[in-house]
Amino acid sequence: MVTTTTPTPQALNTPVRGRRSPLASVGLHVTLIVASVIAVFPVLWVLLTSLKPAKFATTTDFFKETTFENYTNLLNDTPFLTWFGNSLLVAGLTTVVGVFISATTGYAVSRFRFPGKRGLMWTLLVTQMFPVAVLIVPIYNIMASMGLLNQPAGLVITYLTIAVPFCAWMMKGFFDTIPREIDESGYVDGLTPFGTFWRLILPLAKPGIAVTAFYSFITAWGEVAYASAFMVGDENLTLAGGLQKFVNQYGAQWGPMSAASVLIAVPAALVFLFAQRHLVTGMSAGAVKG
Amino acid sequence: MAVDTTGQSVAKAAGDHVARGRSRGTGKSRGAAKRSLSTHWYAWAMVAPVTVVIAVIIGYPLVRGIYLSLTDANERNVARSIGVNQIPATYEFVGLDNYTDALTGSQFLGTLGWTIVWTVSCVALTFALGLGLANILNRRIAGRSAYRLLLILPWAVPGFVSVFAWRFLYNQDNGLLNKVLAGGGIDAVPWLNDPTWAKLSVIATNVWLGVPFMMVALLGGLQSIPGELYEAAEMDGANPWQRFRHITMPGLRSVSTTVILLSTIWTFNMFPVIFLLTRGGPGEATQILVTQAYKFSFEVSPRDFAQSSTWGVLILVLLMVFAAFYQRVLRKQGEVW
Repeated sequence: MVTTTTPTPQALNTPVRGRRSPLASVGLHVTLIVASVIAVFPVLWVLLTSLKPAKFATTTDFFKETTFENYTNLLNDTPFLTWFGNSLLVAGLTTVVGVFISATTGYAVSRFRFPGKRGLMWTLLVTQMFPVAVLIVPIYNIMASMGLLNQPAGLVITYLTIAVPFCAWMMKGFFDTIPREIDESGYVDGLTPFGTFWRLILPLAKPGIAVTAFYSFITAWGEVAYASAFMVGDENLTLAGGLQKFVNQYGAQWGPMSAASVLIAVPAALVFLFAQRHLVTGMSAGAVKG
Repeated sequence: MAVDTTGQSVAKAAGDHVARGRSRGTGKSRGAAKRSLSTHWYAWAMVAPVTVVIAVIIGYPLVRGIYLSLTDANERNVARSIGVNQIPATYEFVGLDNYTDALTGSQFLGTLGWTIVWTVSCVALTFALGLGLANILNRRIAGRSAYRLLLILPWAVPGFVSVFAWRFLYNQDNGLLNKVLAGGGIDAVPWLNDPTWAKLSVIATNVWLGVPFMMVALLGGLQSIPGELYEAAEMDGANPWQRFRHITMPGLRSVSTTVILLSTIWTFNMFPVIFLLTRGGPGEATQILVTQAYKFSFEVSPRDFAQSSTWGVLILVLLMVFAAFYQRVLRKQGEVW
């Protein structure tokens, strides 16, 4: 595989493990600092821009007449709060429903051997491959015939198809790490498989649920294609569609756009940084065990 | 690992009992079905909601999408209602014509070529950078958690916000990148307005978006490799490169095969980056299969549903062939997957 791009083993020239030459240390730190700057800068730049008056939005000055006018304009003069509410509603519903059904599925796949299991596992993987393009027209037609276009419910149902397969996969990884003896003790105490799942296993899987919830939420919060196609009219847009209003082919309103970006990103980033430790465990548990 | 439901508690006792009673009286197959139902119904009930969602919202649209790809459906001939008038569909079944057109015309093949370049370069760069950073972060180094937090940040920001941020940086007249270059006396680069630069720009943005996931997944993999292996190798006189080659890479096998497969699929279908950065432009230079198929359905007039579905089906077939091939290669190498 890709082997030439890993400077670290070569950098570690010292024979004693855990010690490295000062030069190697400097090299590692420089690499990390450069990478961190690249990672953070675009986000930071938008944050700084949002605090500048619109006429300075595109200047390279980092701080110039710091003001909140972009935010007040955004909240007072645009339907931003409506979009925010729409996104919150859609993402919230997707999360609640998605977590519940992917948890039961993950548990069944982790604990039981049943006819159709292999097929189901495959389907969960294969649905990852479904391009938006093959489904979007038929789903659009279905939603149109059911009157669900421009309705949050239509988007929620659509997003479940994106979030649930991956979440079920991740939940399986989590359930695999919970010892089977706990299930068995549940059966001994006379609990049904549902009872065992609900009363014993689910509480133990809280980190997994947090991760799944987070993933569903972010998927729905950041989806663009379906949201752009299904929701029209200012009052029905979600954030992904709304933000596009500020940037079109004729130009861009960087002021409100940057303020909106910050308001969208900050809560998501906070939740993310809070959940990321579990996220790492969940991803690698799912990935390692397949 | 999985425990058979027959081996469990209530379900077992009840199931066996019922099944035995049945199979004596009536036909054998009916007894088997009954037994199967009574022993597995817990499992089936638990997976039912997902199965229903997949069947209704993925299965049916898929079948319908495949059907549309065999017709000449477009905006003008599908069933629609104008006011109170219902206009029935008038599109016709045309067989494989759409596929012949797509596969013999230059547009599909051209877009496919760029899509492959885009996918391979994005995945390779993302994996290389992710692996390098994960290796550094896996060492004892001052400020490790702080670095990790900063490096994860792009993942924490919703994708479409990041893409707008990049669009802001790339802006030809007012973007920061060109302002910085101008400060160094370099002429403005048409980041998104020149076909070649636009291609490089979309790849750079996608790599920026993808590295944190890759890094975190590989870091998880690295941390699951026991330190004793490295110590033993060092005792035996293995140099750092040999340790990397013979301990780290094999130790990362299962994680990296999974993330490479996933990230290939995701990148191939990466809609938002292209759609929001360039809309496929300039011209059709950065259009990947997915965004082009979307364009057929929602941006051209009349909307060409048949063409869009045809491209969609072809995308799906390509990805499934890729996944099957990938799995076969892994299996040949002795990977249980």
